[in-house]
Parts: sequence; structure tokens; C-alpha cells
Amino acid sequence: MAVLLLAEHDGSAVSESSLKALTAVAPLGAETHVLVAGGGSKAAADHAATLQGVSKVLHLDDEAFSVRLAEPYAALIAAQAANYEHIVAAATASGKNIMARVAGLLDVMILSDVTAIESADTFERPIYAGNAIMTVKSKDAKKVVTVRTATFSAAEAGGAAVVEAITAPGDDASLSEFVSEDKAQTDRPQLTSAKVVVSGGRALGSSENFAIIDRVAEKLNAAVGASRAAVDSGYAPNDYQVGQTGKVVAPDLYIAIGISGAIQHLAGMKDSKVIVAINKDEEAPIFQVADYGLVADLFEAAPELEKELEKVAG
Amino acid sequence: MKVLVPVKRVIDYNVKVRVKADNTGVDLANVKMSMNPFDEIAVEEAIRLKEAGKASEIIVVSVGVKQSQETLRTGLAMGADRAILIEAAETVDTDVEPLAVAKLLAKVVEEEQPGLVLLGKQAIDNDCNATGQMLAAVLGWPQATFASKLEITDDGAQVIREVDGGLQTIKIKTPAIVTVDLRLNEPRYASLPNIMKAKKKPMEMKTPADYGVDVSPRLEVVKVVEPASRQAGIKVGSVAELVDKLKNEAGVI
Ligand SMILES: Cc1cc2nc3c(=O)[nH]c(=O)nc-3n(C[C@H](O)[C@H](O)[C@H](O)COP(=O)(O)OP(=O)(O)OC[C@H]3O[C@@H](n4cnc5c(N)ncnc54)[C@H](O)[C@@H]3O)c2cc1C
Ligand SMILES: Nc1ncnc2c1ncn2[C@@H]1O[C@H](COP(=O)(O)O)[C@@H](O)[C@H]1O
Repeated sequence: MAVLLLAEHDGSAVSESSLKALTAVAPLGAETHVLVAGGGSKAAADHAATLQGVSKVLHLDDEAFSVRLAEPYAALIAAQAANYEHIVAAATASGKNIMARVAGLLDVMILSDVTAIESADTFERPIYAGNAIMTVKSKDAKKVVTVRTATFSAAEAGGAAVVEAITAPGDDASLSEFVSEDKAQTDRPQLTSAKVVVSGGRALGSSENFAIIDRVAEKLNAAVGASRAAVDSGYAPNDYQVGQTGKVVAPDLYIAIGISGAIQHLAGMKDSKVIVAINKDEEAPIFQVADYGLVADLFEAAPELEKELEKVAG
Repeated sequence: MKVLVPVKRVIDYNVKVRVKADNTGVDLANVKMSMNPFDEIAVEEAIRLKEAGKASEIIVVSVGVKQSQETLRTGLAMGADRAILIEAAETVDTDVEPLAVAKLLAKVVEEEQPGLVLLGKQAIDNDCNATGQMLAAVLGWPQATFASKLEITDDGAQVIREVDGGLQTIKIKTPAIVTVDLRLNEPRYASLPNIMKAKKKPMEMKTPADYGVDVSPRLEVVKVVEPASRQAGIKVGSVAELVDKLKNEAGVI
């Protein structure tokens, strides 16, 4: 039976995380359909149709699906479920919100944050903040899966799927209602897709000082991340948090500045290819995972790093 | 309005987790266990609602081994009014799956008729991030996950959620499910007098059979292994050396 992938998109293109989730389901070797919903989402549906491995796009052009409320989305997906053995989304905040509800509606156990699909019923997922990797075999007839996308590459063009219009099931929208959204404005690359990530911790001391991290990131065209302590203290917005209960990233280069390296933080970045740590405490646990460690005061080292990077670039 | 708060007994977040040599799970014998940190935040929020006159009674409920009584006592000492333990596992190695937990909680909801169920967004042991959403599905209730602010209104609640890219505000009708994120509040510590008082608060003992719920797992654990470990690298002496290594040795800039 086929695979249904729930796509996230901005109206014109499928998101990077959904493209990675598409790559992740390839080992299933099954026909893959992509669900694109939202008002004015035709361009995104057309984009989905061009992706390698996609044989059909289910398209719902409906304003009610533009904000990703869990109740109508879960009802929509559950209504399509009969034709699919696997129902998959990227393990983003939205994916986790919607897909666990889908699993509840279908009376199956969710497979959260899957890092590898071994076969149609066997999946690998990290538990205990990534301190253990569990392989599970699902006994459910349908598998509802969220994929931890950090280590997958984005699916590329190379398909020519049909786009089929679908309709929404009954109106479930009255349960919850969108009010507003306050998105952190940044022209930096996205945390979960950037090749380089520079993160700051509690040691930055204030949101003004956190700008040091932004400046280093700018020199590297990097995304900015943060530890929980930096977010809790208000130095950085909530969606910068990297870790067990924040975002999971695996860039080519991760630079941790003034971050101690608690297991909850490591859970979100230890699959990065190269890790750099700058910390004034040479005993800081972050050095145990760092390829390059610099024991230094960040308030001296970070501005110097900015200058040195400028030289390299120039 | 009654508020129901499901709390899970998990390995303490400070404990270094070790995978068992036979690869069947992680070693939970003789390690420190605590209330899941997100559930402390949920209990705290319920107490604040009660203090503000928005909640009338707080019921904490846990699904798991007998020892989860300790976790429930912690909730009672913080300020919950009574507790329900659903003994659904005989050994600490059995993790009752979110789907089964959600079904049991749905039965408790039917009996208790709370206006709000406040759960953690995620249990730090299985890292599922699912129970609240599944419970909402089973009940057909609205859900507001990853809450960083909760406001009870006349006809429901307004919730600020931590989402990708920033914050989202939604309105939900009650009764509803809310799962809490880290920034919602800072949980209090129980005072000694309150710990003593908690010993006298009522705790009901139940089993899945009482509710007619089948808790047998849907996922079979094939194996549990250690993650690939990372070797510590080298210390560099200066920023200039660091940049040189990144450029010429690692080739990442
Ligand atoms: C349920 C739960 C979930 C969590 N989830 C996450 C998560 O997703 N992500 C996460 O990051 N954390 C998470 N945490 C928190 C985690 O346990 C740590 O508390 C947090 O990561 C610490 O942040 P930090 O390293 O910035 O701060 P600290 O641990 O305080 O470290 C600051 C570091 O800066 C160094 N330093 C100080 N001054 C300077 C200076 N001038 N120059 C250079 N270095 C300096 C210090 O030596 C120290 O190592 C979670 C915790 C819990 C309980
Ligand atoms: N066994 C359990 N007993 C009580 N509450 C639970 C249990 N399992 C999960 N929960 C609740 O559901 C939340 C999310 O857990 P999970 O879906 O396992 O990540 C937790 O923070 C608890 O509030």
C-alpha cells in the first residue's frame, strides 16, 4: 500500500523539512502521495508534483487549512487514511502537533522522531535525549510516523505526478481558532537546514550581548541557535532552542559559544559533522564532543573570531 | 472547573542514562526517579489557576508502576487536591505506551468531567510528545500543545504556543487538552509542611481492568543500543589557529 506524506509549505514551495521527510520514506519503496492543503497553495502542489518519488499530489485549496490547526488537519488526514499503510510528516512542531492526533483518531501508536526506516514495520528512534537508540516493530496495520529530518538530504526534482483536488471532511474547525502569529524576523538561514549553526548560551548574559552570536553567524552565513538557558533568560527567541526538547540540527559546522553542554543540549546537535566549542571552563562537558575546543572568554574570543572570519572571507 | 494533570514518573533528568548490556532497554534499577519536568510545570499551572479562582479542584493521575505513588505525592505536596494511580505495569522496565495512557486518561476524564487536562508536552524518557494529542483525539476535544501562556476566558481559553518560527496564539473551546512547554512557568518546590499534609490527601488505586482498557503494547522493542559515540577532538590555542583548522583541516569554512 501507498505512503501519504503531509507537506508543509509556504504557498509556493514544499518546505525543506518535508523534502527531507520525502527522502526518509524512500526505503519503503512504495508509491508516495503528498498532501498539500491551504488557501492559494496551487504553486506548492505543483512543486510537490515535480519531486522525485512522488506519484500523486492530493491538493486541498481551502483557506481553513492555511493555518495549521491540529483538529481540521488530523480529521482531513484520517479521512484519507483508508488508502495508506504509512502516514508520514516531518517531526516539526506542527508535525508533532498534528500526527499524534492522527494516530489517536486511527487507534494506532505513533512512531515519533524516527531516524531510520528499516522496513515497512520496523523503525529506529532515539529515546532518553538520544542517549539510547531504540528499534521498534509496529504491530499496527497503519503506521503514523514523524521523521527527525536532520540527517536526511532534501528530495530533488525529477518527478511528474498528477495533482488531484480533494475535499475536506466535515467541519471540525469550531474546536479551535487561530488568533495571531508572532514569527521571529530573521534574514539568517533556517536553523534546521543551515550548513553552519552558531549557538549562544547563558554566558552571553543579555539579549544585547547575544548580538555577538548574530555577528559571528553573519560572517559564516550561518543560522543562530541557543541553549535553553539563553532562551529562558530571554536572550534569544524560543524557536532558537537546540536540544532534546527544542530543534535537532546536524549541520556541517556547529559552533557552541558559552554553552556548557548539558545532555539535553547535546541531544540536539551531536550529529553535527564538525563541532567547535568556545568556553572559559576547560572542564565544560561540551569539550567532550567538540572536534575543536577553545578555552577562552567568549567576550574576547567571539569578536576576534568575527575579525578572523572576515579575513578568510576577504 | 476541575483540572486533571497526568504526571509521569521518569528517570531524573540529571542521571546519566546507561543502555543495558543485553540491549533490551536502559538500566532503571536503583537510579533516581522524579516527576517528568514538564509535568511539574503542568501541576504548577494548575495550582496557579486554582489560586486565581479559575480552578476548583486539581486531580493528579499517573499510569505506571506502584512506585508512581511517590510522583503523585510530589504533585499533592505541590498543591494538588487528590490523586489517582492506575497501576498498569509491574516492573519499572515496562513503559506504558502513550496510546494506552491516553485511553486510560479518557476514562478518567469521563468519570471526573474536568474542564481542562494539563499535560507535559513530552516525557523525557520515551521522548514521544504524543499523549496529549492522542487524548484529545480519543475525546474529540480541542488541543493546544506546547503552551507558553494560558489564559482562561469566559468560553474557553487563549493559549500562546511555541511553534516553528516563533509564537502562535490560538483560542480553544473548553473542555480542552493543553500540553505545556518550558517557558509557561517556573514550578515551585513543595514546602516541608505541605509534604506532610500531602500524606493525608486521598489517593485512589486503580487498574486498567477497572476501566476496561487494553494496555498491551503496539510496538515491540527489537533492541536498544548506545548511540555512536563522539571522540573529543583537540584544543586549539587561539582564535587564529581555530579558523586555520576549520579552513584547512576540516574544510568547513
Ligand atoms: C525537561 C528539560 C528539557 C531541556 N531541554 C533543553 C534543550 O532542548 N536544549 C538545551 O540547550 N537545554 C535544555 N535543557 C536545559 C539543560 O539541562 C541545561 O540547563 C542548559 O542546556 C544549560 O544552558 P547553558 O549551557 O547555556 O548554561 P550553563 O549550563 O549555565 O553554561 C554556561 C557555560 O558558559 C560558560 N561561560 C560562562 N562565562 C563565559 C565566558 N565569559 N566565556 C566563555 N564561556 C563562559 C560556563 O563555563 C558554562 O559552561 C533542558 C532541561 C530540562 C530539565
Ligand atoms: N504513564 C503516564 N502517566 C501519567 N501521565 C503520562 C504518562 N505518560 C505520559 N503522560 C503525560 O503525557 C505527557 C507527554 O508524554 P509523552 O507523550 O510520553 O511524551 C507527559 O508529560 C505526561 O503529562
